[in-house]
Amino acid sequence: MSNLITLNNGIASITENEWTVVKLPVSQVEERKQAGKVVLFKLTGEKTVSAEQIANTEIPSNGKIIVPLSVFIARKAELQGRMTTNEIGVWVDTHEILEDLVASVSDLNSLPIIAVHVERFADGRIFSLGTLLRSRYGFKNELRAIGDVLRDQLYFFKRSGFTSYLVRADRSATEALASLSDFTNPYQGAVDEPRPVFKRYNRIA
Amino acid sequence: MYKYDEIDQTLVDERVAQYRDQTRRYLAGELSEEEFRPLRLQNGLYIQRQAPMLRIAVPYGMLSSKQLRKLADITGKYDKGYGHFSTRQNLQLNWPKLEDVPEILAELATVEMHAIQTSGNCIRNITTDQFAGVAPDEIIDPRVMAEIMRQWSTFHPEFALLPRKFKIAVSGTTDDRAVVQMHDIGMEFYKDNNDKVAIKVWVGGGLGRTPILGAVIREHLEWQHALTYCEAIIRVYNLHGRRDNSYKARIKILVKALGIEEFKRQVEEEWSHLKDAPNTIPEGELERVSKHFEAMPYEVLPAHDASFDGAIASNPAFAAWVKRNVHAHKTAGYRAVTLSLKPHGTAPGDATAEQMHVVADLADQYSFGELRVSHEQNLILADIKLSDLFAVWEKARANGLATPNIGLLTDIICCPGGDFCSLANAKSIPIATAIQMQFDNLDYLHDIGDIELNISGCMNACGHHHIGHIGILGVDKDGSEWYQVSIGGSQGNDASLGSVIGPSFSAEEMPSVVQKLIDVYIQERTPEERFIDTARRLGVAPFKAHVYADKSTAKPGVTA
Repeated sequence: MSNLITLNNGIASITENEWTVVKLPVSQVEERKQAGKVVLFKLTGEKTVSAEQIANTEIPSNGKIIVPLSVFIARKAELQGRMTTNEIGVWVDTHEILEDLVASVSDLNSLPIIAVHVERFADGRIFSLGTLLRSRYGFKNELRAIGDVLRDQLYFFKRSGFTSYLVRADRSATEALASLSDFTNPYQGAVDEPRPVFKRYNRIA
Repeated sequence: MYKYDEIDQTLVDERVAQYRDQTRRYLAGELSEEEFRPLRLQNGLYIQRQAPMLRIAVPYGMLSSKQLRKLADITGKYDKGYGHFSTRQNLQLNWPKLEDVPEILAELATVEMHAIQTSGNCIRNITTDQFAGVAPDEIIDPRVMAEIMRQWSTFHPEFALLPRKFKIAVSGTTDDRAVVQMHDIGMEFYKDNNDKVAIKVWVGGGLGRTPILGAVIREHLEWQHALTYCEAIIRVYNLHGRRDNSYKARIKILVKALGIEEFKRQVEEEWSHLKDAPNTIPEGELERVSKHFEAMPYEVLPAHDASFDGAIASNPAFAAWVKRNVHAHKTAGYRAVTLSLKPHGTAPGDATAEQMHVVADLADQYSFGELRVSHEQNLILADIKLSDLFAVWEKARANGLATPNIGLLTDIICCPGGDFCSLANAKSIPIATAIQMQFDNLDYLHDIGDIELNISGCMNACGHHHIGHIGILGVDKDGSEWYQVSIGGSQGNDASLGSVIGPSFSAEEMPSVVQKLIDVYIQERTPEERFIDTARRLGVAPFKAHVYADKSTAKPGVTA
């Protein structure tokens, strides 16, 4: 049974997962912690990808694949041919810089899919990244949440512009489906419904 | 006050159903402890020392008598018959059962209440001045914007899981009573040169482990842009705030690290994309919400009332109460009243179910059925006629709600501390009650005059010790409880953070330490000076000298 939920014209269903996520090999370099330092916030405690990891990443020679942003940027020449056949997507980690992704392609919509990887449930950067990809950078194709994806984030994912959710392998996607309709009428405008409640209804005091 | 329509009610009802299912899944083992934690926290449920603690939202401190009665009944049915009003204007239950919480929420929903986002790393209850709508120095009623922001922040998808908690305060008066400078975002409303409502936006304030007063990020923001501008600030914070160390995760740390100029540059850049987006507030929405906060149907009354003047002249106890607990009102013949939740010798901010019923009755009979919670942890009846004050006093006094100590030394702000809270390093309630008993003489208290004494049981600073004229912080030293004392902190327009006077003290020493600080003030003060003025003029030195004069009081080597 697939663990992928896909939103199609606002209707969510369990679908087959056609995409393989390409992972980076485990880093041999010790993680850099900047305890107490306030110089580089963004990188504090985050893993950095080494040139060795990028070089050693195994890219399957056929099929639809989602590659890490760092690999996509560094090894684009290898992937160029398959991009024209819509076989290449890109995934970013929540600490990575969206501008790097945007700068790496002439048209973001030449990518059939972008995935954002969330390592921990509690990392809410993913909601801002989804929002920016949709509203700032105009990405129109499939936007997928991967990683520590659990049912209680789904409603927020949907509202932040994500259209598919790869639920963590040990959880039931079928059960998670229900949470997408936890709330019928959100107050604020967001990606899925930009008009806030006061622009959708004539509320009377 | 704001009344729910079908949209508001549906959302709160759906939340009850959602949380009921989350609790079910947790109890069934489908959710791990770690996964359930952010879910229960976003519903105000902590796991505490002795029992869970449930924090119920009181949006910007406003309550109806009906809501208060429901709260009283809930404390009786699911708790031990009392509740604790917090410094964030909310109500906390100390003894609910985890499995009862869905039922409690369902009961709350019947009176348009909830516990949404009262904890967790999200936008919390928006707080404001307890005298909103009635204060003579008010420029704008801040509750209208507070309500608009409450709705906007409720389940805001982009800001559901921030690096850390996020607190917003709004103020609409010349004299800031909402402490905007110690919030993650403070919004100070004013009328600009064109007589248009504008906002001065503060950012990066907060107490806790690293107390920092906010900085002004924008001097002038048109009110229509309140939501989109907050979105720009919080987006920059969400993306760049630290997530590796929860002690360094508040927005204040990011603002300090980047510097306010660079932080502002990033926010303005973000806002250039968000300005005029659909979340911009239209005139019509402001008008709609304003209708909920229209002036009460006040009677036309003279500025004076003979019976009131007579009672003042003949009854010194009533006169003392009026002096401290009764406040000016913008309408002639009316006053606002603070019901003290600080009777000497009890936990500050606690109210029993019986007291809640009494307050609800008073509100119905004398104050249009509404009341407010102050961040100083008292209850306010905002619209009392002069001629009714004596009757209100008598009933309040008979129920332990009329201690005439508002703004005095025993009107202590105090967190639940080590008696309840699992974060605390030390108990705070016994310190508060011991100090109240030390100063259990009303004439003396009135002579000491205006002073704020704040106590926190740990550096998370729920008791706002940094901004107390006298601040007391519980610290842990080798497994025993010690107390660090600071002076010179203050809330308000001239907010400041206190300075520590020296090594910490044991619990037993605390009443005499406070006594010595007061002695120095009494001796050194000029006729017009409050404690804070003397402390600012003289600095820490003379206070320190007197407190530590008897060397045996100080424990060498014990510092916090």
